[in-house]
Amino acid sequence: MQTIDLSELGLREVNKMLHAQAADTNQTSWTIENAKGSHAIACGLDAPIEVTVKGSTGYYCGGMNQQATIRIDGSAGPGTGENIMSGSIIIEGDASQYLGATGHGGLIVVKGNASSRCGISMKGVNIVVQGNIGHMSAFMGQSGNLVVCGDAGDALGDSCYEARFFVRGSVKSLGADCEKKEMRPEHIEILQGLLDEAGIDANPSDFTRYGSARTLYNFDVDNAGAY
Amino acid sequence: MCGIVGLFLKDKSLEPKLGEMLTSMLITMTDRGPDSAGIAIYGGETAGKTKLVVQSDTPDTAFDGLDKKLGKVVGGTVAMKVTSTHAVLTLPAGTTAAARAALPKIDASLRVMSSGDSLEIYKEVGLPKNVASRFEIEKMSGSHGIGHTRMATESAVTTMGAHPFNTGDDQCLVHNGSLSNHNSLRRKLRRDGVHIETENDTEVGAAYLTWQMQKGATLGEALTSSLDDLDGFFTFVVGTKDGFGVVRDPIACKPAVMAETDQYVAFGSEYRALVDLPGIENARVWEPEPATVYFWSHNSAPTSSEKAA
Repeated sequence: MQTIDLSELGLREVNKMLHAQAADTNQTSWTIENAKGSHAIACGLDAPIEVTVKGSTGYYCGGMNQQATIRIDGSAGPGTGENIMSGSIIIEGDASQYLGATGHGGLIVVKGNASSRCGISMKGVNIVVQGNIGHMSAFMGQSGNLVVCGDAGDALGDSCYEARFFVRGSVKSLGADCEKKEMRPEHIEILQGLLDEAGIDANPSDFTRYGSARTLYNFDVDNAGAY
Repeated sequence: MCGIVGLFLKDKSLEPKLGEMLTSMLITMTDRGPDSAGIAIYGGETAGKTKLVVQSDTPDTAFDGLDKKLGKVVGGTVAMKVTSTHAVLTLPAGTTAAARAALPKIDASLRVMSSGDSLEIYKEVGLPKNVASRFEIEKMSGSHGIGHTRMATESAVTTMGAHPFNTGDDQCLVHNGSLSNHNSLRRKLRRDGVHIETENDTEVGAAYLTWQMQKGATLGEALTSSLDDLDGFFTFVVGTKDGFGVVRDPIACKPAVMAETDQYVAFGSEYRALVDLPGIENARVWEPEPATVYFWSHNSAPTSSEKAA
């Protein structure tokens, strides 16, 4: 295992070392010490390596991730996993606002709570939150799944497209054009798979599914007078 | 952008280190606001006395004999401690209004940074580390304090545009964000006789809170009504003689992190600002909820102006 001290080497050197790892690297396991809330730790990785960050992180940890598994041994700052393409990010503590924004793929697991705008404009990423999520989550969500074992804040799924939302607890309010949907066997199956992947023991049938009512997809001529 | 830090001490043994801890937090927030910085520190209260902190760009002439001149005006002893461009004037209690009125006549360059029994505000243009060192913030002790690093968006980079803003005796405000209805609100407040000095948006926010409290609102009520009357983005931290309060606008896109241990309550725009605090590894760390007023006070029987907060 490679252990690197962020406060000693500095962010650019640390990220450069991680970027240098190719698909066939022998150095598959990395630990970053002294994170101390720094920004952009382990951003833009593209190798099947495992990176553990000791301590809480600042903005954009694991942004644009491909292939790598990043474990944050603390809480994560704003924009963690922004535009994640593949691989996974596991956050032991809480996550700040706009977690996994615009994410195209991969998996993000939060053991604590996630803040506002969780999964905003998600485009295929799967996000599993063991606690609660804040307001305006999955705004304009296009595809992928957002699983919430606790409660969701105001305006869940506002103006969403085809992303799926599974919430076990309460939803403070639904956003425009987001509605409650039927849990069919295929949804139970998807949800069970995500919970298993995230290592969370929960019964999929306790969850409610939400998604787009699809009334904003096309312009409604009856609304012409509003413009 | 802007950075905010705040520290409220529960453990009295940390009070001599308040300035040192706040300075380190402030400097960490330099890249959120490198153009000016300021700090409000609460401590050093003397019975029967009150304080006025004044600033001048020409301190050599403006502060020359200022204590004696003011002493004549207020009919008592005035003590003065000059640090760089600021002077702390200690006046007999109840003479603040007379002293303030006399200042422009004594020297036109004098500007009031703060007034109050325990509050002292120091703020200037420049990098946070330079501002902190010119006022020797590190050596200051106190019960609680708030700091701000500014990246100006709404008005000029000047001393008067720097935060914290004094909103009334022993009260101050710092702001991260931008208010979009400050021009119309400034006109409204000026029509109501509220004195607003600059074109700065936060000064209008501060004046708004002062105006609400003059009309009888408690600080908590004033902060709650600001959620309806102020349009824009804000994370506010307000300081009072006994504690500090936090409120974020309903959208809450300006970051805020809080940490609490048995020894202190700390606020930072980012977690980075809190990492060197003692026992932070085991602190309760959380983000304040949007549109929710939080308040911590040293006073177990708060005054009516704090109670609702």
